[in-house]
Amino acid sequence: MKLDINGQQHEVDVPADMPLLWVLRDVVGLTGTKFGCGAAQCGACTVHIDGAPMMSCSIPAAAMEGKKITTIEGLSADASHAVQRAWIEADVVQCGYCQSGQVMAAAALLAHNPKPTDADIDAAMSGNLCRCGTYQRIRGAVHRASELLAAESTAEVGHVA
Amino acid sequence: MWRNPQLDVAARSVSRRDFLKAGAVASTGLVIACFLPIGLRRAAAQPANASAPINPNAFIHIAPDNSVTILLKHSEMGQGVWTSIPMVIAEELACDLANVRVEHAPAAPAYAHTAFGMQMTGGSTSTWESFDQLRNAGAMARAMLVSAAAQKWKKPETDCRAEKGFVICGDKKASYGELADAAAKLPAPLQVKLKDAKDWTVIGKPTRRLDSKAKVSGTAEFGIDVKRPDMLVAVVARAPVFGAKVKSFDAGKAKALPGVVDVVQVPSGIAVLGKHFWAAKKGRDALVVDWDLGAGAALSTKAMREEYRKLAGTPGAVAKTAGDADAALKAAGKTIDADYEVPFLAHAPMEPLNCTVEFHPDKLASDGCDIYTGTQFQTPDQAAAAGILGIKPEQVRIHTTFLGGGFGRRANPHSDFVTEAVHVAKASGKTVKVVWTREDDIHGGYYRPMWLSRMRAALGKDGKPVAWKNTIVGQSIIAGTPFAAMMIKDGVDVTSVEGAADAPYLDAIAAHRVELHSPTSPITVLWWRSVGHSNTGFVVESFIDELAHAANKDPLEYRRMLLPPASRERRALDLAAEKFGWGNKLAKGHAAGIAVHQSFGSYVAQVAEVSVVDKSIKVHRVVCAIDCGPVVNPLTVEAQMQSGIVYGLSAALRGEITFKDGRVEQSNFHDYPALRMSEMPVVEVHIVPSTDRMGGCGEPGTPLIAPAVANAVFAATGKRLRKLPLRMV
Repeated sequence: MKLDINGQQHEVDVPADMPLLWVLRDVVGLTGTKFGCGAAQCGACTVHIDGAPMMSCSIPAAAMEGKKITTIEGLSADASHAVQRAWIEADVVQCGYCQSGQVMAAAALLAHNPKPTDADIDAAMSGNLCRCGTYQRIRGAVHRASELLAAESTAEVGHVA
Repeated sequence: MWRNPQLDVAARSVSRRDFLKAGAVASTGLVIACFLPIGLRRAAAQPANASAPINPNAFIHIAPDNSVTILLKHSEMGQGVWTSIPMVIAEELACDLANVRVEHAPAAPAYAHTAFGMQMTGGSTSTWESFDQLRNAGAMARAMLVSAAAQKWKKPETDCRAEKGFVICGDKKASYGELADAAAKLPAPLQVKLKDAKDWTVIGKPTRRLDSKAKVSGTAEFGIDVKRPDMLVAVVARAPVFGAKVKSFDAGKAKALPGVVDVVQVPSGIAVLGKHFWAAKKGRDALVVDWDLGAGAALSTKAMREEYRKLAGTPGAVAKTAGDADAALKAAGKTIDADYEVPFLAHAPMEPLNCTVEFHPDKLASDGCDIYTGTQFQTPDQAAAAGILGIKPEQVRIHTTFLGGGFGRRANPHSDFVTEAVHVAKASGKTVKVVWTREDDIHGGYYRPMWLSRMRAALGKDGKPVAWKNTIVGQSIIAGTPFAAMMIKDGVDVTSVEGAADAPYLDAIAAHRVELHSPTSPITVLWWRSVGHSNTGFVVESFIDELAHAANKDPLEYRRMLLPPASRERRALDLAAEKFGWGNKLAKGHAAGIAVHQSFGSYVAQVAEVSVVDKSIKVHRVVCAIDCGPVVNPLTVEAQMQSGIVYGLSAALRGEITFKDGRVEQSNFHDYPALRMSEMPVVEVHIVPSTDRMGGCGEPGTPLIAPAVANAVFAATGKRLRKLPLRMV
């Protein structure tokens, strides 16, 4: 099957029922997307499918042909996405294992809701478990990323003008 | 993880003395040099010289490009040692943290824990156990760089100073990188003077983590991400019931699946090796295994609880006694009696357990073996692997990756997830990564023990307790491990009674007695973040609250009455109460509960604000105060308090492993739930300014949240919850 991952075409020969997560990790070699539960319960495997956050452990790769798959590796080349910068600034991470999924969930939230409220954040981020308990700093970092994105878009508008 | 107070006092003085001795043996490699990392690893992996057990060169590597590499002897599992330990070294080395690279150290004697004598991370000990050792290492390196510069410029050393990776003398300036080769040829200083605390510029300063960028971009390597040439992935079918043995198995269907390469039997079960995880897991699911279940099939937590209740009514091993508690309780007209219960708990770190083992079967004796895993127990795992393979421990090279959470589960004296992977590699002759599924993790044992605590107290006329009896029933974590000789005394596992036998109120109670029963079962148990305190903190701080209400006193005032005014408990308690605004009017339907508890050398108090709606407990706000002595990184302390609270709150509200017919009844996060974003309370952390003895931070935030919430629920509803997880029905 052919998969569009981070803008690159990958031809993979895998069983039809193989979840996207394991194709990404064990076949394509993109290990930033994590395995936490295998049952769409924890969000560690969150990727973007055509821009929407999805749990890659529970979707067969075969169903993803023709769609745009974005993983943490494709979010930015150098941790420069506003969400990543905000995460670093807010000193969010602890063990870090869930954070690829957290970052992807937050980036998807902000892409369609640039100024989320705490309630919006709760609704969008409650599928992503963190056993280290980084939730409070995540909440602050999502708000901060919202500011950074707003500043970026202002700068872009200014540049175009 | 545990901490033995007697031991660490002795060890701290020993480590300091031995360290200085090490400094005197310059020829054994106290050298700052431009080693290639591999050379450094080999140097560090040499068996320890008895007269030089600590080798500062093992920790610091300065390259010609002026970069400083710090080899971290601890495992980074979220607690922040990747940042706080380099801060300790940088303070004395006078280098810029921004130029520091950090790597996990290999397994080697040079990296032994100064109190426990083996290489490990746990017991909330990392900062204090290495604080003197690593400041000395940094100071020695700095002194040698200064000497090298002084010689180069023919100036007295006293005219030279080290600053941000450079040695400066008047208008002359040389980078550490330029000086490293010359410094390497100098004798090590016999003694170095450490900075006074008032001169610290790095220690104590809020400092952002050094591992953030890697962890927000998916490039941080965890054990599960390891890839080696020709590596297969294995998933293991393990016993469905504790103690069950394989009678026979049929691998036909598994082997017929695409991607399945091999099926081997190992002591823990049957391993299916595949080209990738999915093939191995499908193969594992297709195995037909006939198990001899044994006596474990009759296990149920319901029956165990009955047995525990009966045991609590019989005399146990005495952990602490003063006066005659039984007589005083008998003589009292009225006693307050309560049974508290806490369940088995799985650690459930986000990264499922895994371990990669690589060796060439024909060259094992000459080339040894490489193990890649996120472990808290490097040298015990190394020794266990060596034993299975029939090679020397130093021939097993442990490569520690980032740990996707530890919480004690990756510090197993039985090295379960490492030895199993070694067995799979040995049986198959393949390089293999064994990966556990979440279900394997939840079913895999090594749980926090289930405990029952029987409490009995009598109050005097002033409301203060005059007699106190605490009988604890629960499996011993330490029994059957190499720690037993050190940590089981007169039949008492010190980790079973920590927080109870040394409860801060006992000194104010003339007659008190703490007893312990340690029943056995086939269920394997292990330290779970805060170990015995995860039980005793809940029990003691709930029961003292019961006594306060029985005495018709405010819970805060009652604790203040019993705790010495100058105690560190009081300082934490008073700060938390003040910052919360204890006694102020709360929102309608809200109530507050308080708790204070010392664990791992740190004194923590928490106030929780809760409401109960439709029998559902909602925690709105938690105010936490900690006195952990001198603080290396306040951002870490804050993060670890938040972390301990969330971890403890998941357990307090939801966590429970139960058994029926020998089977674990939970399997994944849907029925072993953890706290989610929508349930996260606002947490405020306040640090007590303190120059008292340094304690830990990884665990001490965990034990208090359950009693603080339970006490708040009582204040809100009048219902006393004595069983975890807290349920209103």
